[in-house]
Amino acid sequence: MPSKVKGKLINFDWRQYIVYIAFVLVLIYFSITLAEQGFMTTHNLLNIARQTAMISIMGVAMTFVISSKEIDLSVGSVAALSAITTALTMQAGLGMISGVLVGLGTGLAIGFVNGYLVTRVAIPSFLVTLAMMMIARGLAMWVSGTAPIPILSDSYIFLFGSGSVLGVPILLIWTLIIAAIGHIILRKFTFGRETLATGGNEMAATYSGIKTNRIKMTVFMASGMMAGLAGMLYAGRLQAGRFTFGEGDELSVIAAVILGGTSLFGGVGTVIGTVIGSIMIGTINNALILQGLDVSQQMVVQGIIIILAVAFGRKKKKA
Amino acid sequence: MGNTILRMKEIEKGFNGNTVLDKVNFNVKAGEVHALMGGNGAGKSTLMKILTGVYQLDNGTIEIEDSKVNLENTRDAQQAGVSMIFQEFSLIPKLTVAQNIFLHREPRTSLGMIDDKKMVKDSQRIIDDMGLSISPKDLVENLSVGYWQMTEIAKALSINTKILIMDEPTSTLTKTETEVLFSLIHQLKQSGITIIYISHRMDEIFQVCDRITVLRNGTNVITTPCSEITMEELIDHIIGGNMVKSFEWVERPKKEDRKPLLEVKNLQSGSRVKNVSFSLHGGEILGLAGLMGSGRSETVRAIFGVDPVSGGEVNVRGERDSFSSPKEAIQKGVGLVPEDRRSQGLVLGHSVRENMILSSLDKLSKNKVLQNQQANKKVEELVKKLNVKTDSTQKTVSLLSGGNQQKVVLAKWLLNETEILLLDEPTSGVDIGAKIEIIEIIRELADAGKAVLVVSSEMTELLAMSDRVLIMKDGEVTSSIERKDIKGEEDVERAIQGEG
Repeated sequence: MPSKVKGKLINFDWRQYIVYIAFVLVLIYFSITLAEQGFMTTHNLLNIARQTAMISIMGVAMTFVISSKEIDLSVGSVAALSAITTALTMQAGLGMISGVLVGLGTGLAIGFVNGYLVTRVAIPSFLVTLAMMMIARGLAMWVSGTAPIPILSDSYIFLFGSGSVLGVPILLIWTLIIAAIGHIILRKFTFGRETLATGGNEMAATYSGIKTNRIKMTVFMASGMMAGLAGMLYAGRLQAGRFTFGEGDELSVIAAVILGGTSLFGGVGTVIGTVIGSIMIGTINNALILQGLDVSQQMVVQGIIIILAVAFGRKKKKA
Repeated sequence: MGNTILRMKEIEKGFNGNTVLDKVNFNVKAGEVHALMGGNGAGKSTLMKILTGVYQLDNGTIEIEDSKVNLENTRDAQQAGVSMIFQEFSLIPKLTVAQNIFLHREPRTSLGMIDDKKMVKDSQRIIDDMGLSISPKDLVENLSVGYWQMTEIAKALSINTKILIMDEPTSTLTKTETEVLFSLIHQLKQSGITIIYISHRMDEIFQVCDRITVLRNGTNVITTPCSEITMEELIDHIIGGNMVKSFEWVERPKKEDRKPLLEVKNLQSGSRVKNVSFSLHGGEILGLAGLMGSGRSETVRAIFGVDPVSGGEVNVRGERDSFSSPKEAIQKGVGLVPEDRRSQGLVLGHSVRENMILSSLDKLSKNKVLQNQQANKKVEELVKKLNVKTDSTQKTVSLLSGGNQQKVVLAKWLLNETEILLLDEPTSGVDIGAKIEIIEIIRELADAGKAVLVVSSEMTELLAMSDRVLIMKDGEVTSSIERKDIKGEEDVERAIQGEG
């Protein structure tokens, strides 16, 4: 009976896996069409991994933020500010460890302020983090005097930038570590369930004994800290702190998260999907460069992909 | 009451090979209020969707006013004079009453612009005919829910409706609003409109309906005048078994000698809870009766720590406690099944399993890591024990019926082994079969030594379960009556309404 076959196809919820399917198709397509330009070479693939590391890492934390039905628009600016504070700390001769702590602390502090304003002052996160996006970017310009601040520590540059272990770039290692931690917290820890419940129905979560404000506070702080780490990676890669780092990253990060299958309406989230989403966007950008397209064309294609992915990934409407 | 206005003959309908309606005959007389009853899956809504043109029948015929009709879509049904008032209202809050009534078929002036004056005038006439005191220029969002429904009805009347279908019309209404609705139904009847009334609430059916049809497993089991059937017989037909005894009260052994598990003294909270005192023992089912707005839900919310307590004491197991959040209450073994399960009780987009474990995450985890095997085992046990009808524990909870959703909410507290249960309208919006099951579950919980406080507006149920009934009036507990001293529902009604 055809109706039975149809039933099975409907039961397989391919929409949930759309990003993985799309990613495989994209890889196959470019490996064939761009074989001569060297798309499938290890060198190029590792390059993609390096380029997307910061978006992936911010995306892992953003997955939690969006799962709890909030948004964080400040990540790109926070990355820049953390890069600056880290570089300044090290320039002042306080050493790498203090530099790292100050960078992460900067992100954490801004995340705390975001969380405080959202949960205690009850300002929508869109507005809070939109304002924080400007404040953090402004601070980064201010304290750096708009000049790049060089980083001279070789060990810092190795650990946060151009190093590699057994041929694996350090940036890829960072991505994998953060993704693994994020995935395990979301799937295996009670915190993950509490985050999803908060985003799925905040009132029901409260009635179930979940301190939803505490959850939101935590996800904003995590998002700030991961933005800080991403900023430090930018600084390591370019061997300097610059206030321009991460401009427009907030949108790329949100795109990766939504592309990965996390619901913009809260309650549904996937860290692995986010990372795949981020790498897919990076892969397409990379392929477009190899094909000889420029940045403007990349942006157009990226926008179209986001619309297509979200359109296909949308939940079926109930009959 | 006149001739038969609607004849649905030998209606058959199936989905993917499953028969949902099996040769159903359903006749309605002109100008009557005809109750359509049945449990979930009995076929009520499928039958009504066929009548309103949402579904097409596989076999059978429909006659309206003795002529055969072919209802291919909702427009056909409207033209044949059939309209339905949906549970979820289809109004646009930001528009006025008149704009909603004439939505998509606004009268035009000769210039092709919307004729606001005519729209308001025509709306006013319909509203006047209905005897309502709203203005056509009121924004719908400023009206109370009761009037939303009135607006829906006005909308149906404006398109020359002969047969009006109401699906659980009172589920969102207060008592006063319900009375307004009933008098409107009476009036519509006088003006010759036929009403098909779908509801789970027995007392309403007997109050407003002339005849009843009961569907079970896709067939018509009985059509009878209301005056010729008792509530027990009716329930019997709906569930097709002999579980009617569930609504009879059985005296249970008393355990007064023990210390109370929960003691509330002079509790105050917000503007609704002024002075509430009572004690609740393990193994006891305490009913909390009162009018809408008397502060019952607010009382349980304050005890549970959702609403802030502004005065008085809550003692749990003899220790003085006052909870500032549900988390604290849960840690002390207090659980609440809230009034509105969809917004307060469940994360609708999550699975049965995820909902059931939500209030017990701490108990089900080691060092904050969720112990999945243990959780799955408990969830499976509860699904079986409470007879939750679901294909799997992974099924999204919004796809379950109301009764099964409510069992999932109850399961949250059973999984947590909560000792003190506050149940706020635990059977609202569930069908009669599930209602009986839930009453049984509550009795079993009390037999197992749990302390249960039940808030219910349905007197039959409250009296079926409670060992003792508290009467709440205007924010205070005015009296406490032993169940065995209550002869019938009238006694309680009198206490609720009375001056003392």
